[in-house]
Amino acid sequence: MEKSQIARQGEDKVLMELRGISKRFGGVVALSQVQLVIYPGEVISLVGDNGAGKSTLIKIIAGAYQPDEGEIRFEGHRVRLRTPRVAKTLGIETVYQDLALVDTLDVAGNIFLGREPTRLRLGPGLHILDKCRMEQDAEAILHRLGIRFASVRNKVEQLSGGQRQAVAVGRAIFSEPKLVVLDEPTAALAVREVEHVLELIRSLRAEGIAVIFISHTLQEVFAVTDRIIVLRKGKTVGNLSTKETSIDEVVKLMVGQERSLVADNRAG
Amino acid sequence: MLLALWRLSPYFLTASNLLNIGSQISMIAVISIGATAVILMAEIDLSVGSVAALAGAITAGVLHGIPTSWPAGLWLGVALVAGLGVGTLAGLINGFFTVYLSIPSFIVTLATLSIGRGLVLLYTGGRPISNLGESFAQISWGHIGLLPVPVVIMLGLYLLAWLFLRETQLGRYIYAIGTNKRAVELAGVNVRTIELGIFTLGGAFSGLAGIMLTSRLDSAQPTAGTGWELVAIAAVVLGGTSLYGGRGSVAKTLVGAFILQIIANGMNLLNIQAYWQQIAQGSIILLALLVERQLRRHGGG
Ligand SMILES: Nc1ncnc2c1ncn2[C@@H]1O[C@H](COP(=O)(O)OP(=O)(O)O)[C@@H](O)[C@H]1O
Ligand SMILES: [Mg+2]
Repeated sequence: MEKSQIARQGEDKVLMELRGISKRFGGVVALSQVQLVIYPGEVISLVGDNGAGKSTLIKIIAGAYQPDEGEIRFEGHRVRLRTPRVAKTLGIETVYQDLALVDTLDVAGNIFLGREPTRLRLGPGLHILDKCRMEQDAEAILHRLGIRFASVRNKVEQLSGGQRQAVAVGRAIFSEPKLVVLDEPTAALAVREVEHVLELIRSLRAEGIAVIFISHTLQEVFAVTDRIIVLRKGKTVGNLSTKETSIDEVVKLMVGQERSLVADNRAG
Repeated sequence: MLLALWRLSPYFLTASNLLNIGSQISMIAVISIGATAVILMAEIDLSVGSVAALAGAITAGVLHGIPTSWPAGLWLGVALVAGLGVGTLAGLINGFFTVYLSIPSFIVTLATLSIGRGLVLLYTGGRPISNLGESFAQISWGHIGLLPVPVVIMLGLYLLAWLFLRETQLGRYIYAIGTNKRAVELAGVNVRTIELGIFTLGGAFSGLAGIMLTSRLDSAQPTAGTGWELVAIAAVVLGGTSLYGGRGSVAKTLVGAFILQIIANGMNLLNIQAYWQQIAQGSIILLALLVERQLRRHGGG
């Protein structure tokens, strides 16, 4: 794992690029000619009103939906994300809003769900779990995220919303991804816990992992992102450097009162 | 009530009585292993009693059909394979309809309960198949060392099931499927195969229990195993396993089965009509659901 912070300003290497992505559901145009570029270790946010196409776009990035038109490039190569598995293999991990955790399993069990370390293989499926290693590795992963739980043996149902989010992110980074997509990770959280999730996003960036962060709360978006992509009615209407824009401007773009005047010079 | 029983009858605590109870519960206990796994996945199997009766009847039929000139081991082996095979096949059918055709297991196994019983009655013509031979009787009446064979079968299977659920990857998935099936699917686990496997295994356990009962009675009774689904579910919930899936322990199911039998024996000792047992079993299930509801409300598990 690349531990060093990757310089983002002036970085030429593009991690992922979407060009002219369109997606229709029957008569509904969910996305139309969407452009998006993300650099290694960069935190960007997708913002837009309900129905703007944010979820559809991240599902395309996650390999869960196929675009009708357009091109996806990952690390310079043209790719087809036919299934979520293909996306994962490339290094794209997605944490959906419902987190997909198993409440009755413990923290370690959730982080390793589906890829538990085993120490003895007795037959098809009869693999003896290596619980010790599972717990140690789980602790190591959470430590990387700057999180300390009382015990990784606690069941996930006993955790707060923010802690659950941390478990889901821990799950996502186990495979050393290059891009982590978080769909509204703060939507159901208490104010105090939101800060923890933002901190999580910062630790991902510190590890050189790029993050796409979706949130309805622009204060959060401004607190943590490098760049903001604004979607309106399925179109990219803004691509703004967080430092050089304001909540006011983003809101105007979201609701469509003003055309995008500011465009990040890196966007193709 | 248990205390009252011990007062009334000191005989209750003796080792020989414990082994006796062990033999009595062995069939329900074996079925309850499968029932625990199925319920942990948040499914249900109502067909266990019918499947047990069908497996028992087929085993008895095969025992009668095989020429006695065959070597005893082969003779017994073929009959046991037939009985276990019937149970396994029934479990496979339950699983197929539930998993691949997405019909609720409650409905599927209610249907196979009825079909199974009908097949038993057809096959036996409504008459018991008896006189099954000395070696077959050993399955229920023989001893291994000091322990009755059915107790050895029961304890052995419980030990294996306990280790399986606690220590293996598949065992863990069974709990996880009962809690959040979609999450397990998203994690890349082949959930359908596991579900099918557990229903099938449950059928095999029902078949084994049917064979054990047939051996115990030296007779396959057309009405054997009637109501076992309820006893098994009562044992499972009495052992603290959640009917909503994802929580529980197979070891405690054995305790549940044990307690149910003690209640039944106690009722006999106290001269209480046997009908009350059914009322007690049904009430235990309702009570368990109530308790769980309360626990959930208070955010505990
Ligand atoms: N599976 C679907 N089937 C039909 N229409 C859909 C589907 N998913 C999204 N849409 C439509 O596409 C548009 C964009 O939706 P979505 O991506 O969910 O927006 P957002 O996440 O920004 O609220 C909406 O008009 C929505 O109704
Ligand atoms: Mg959405």
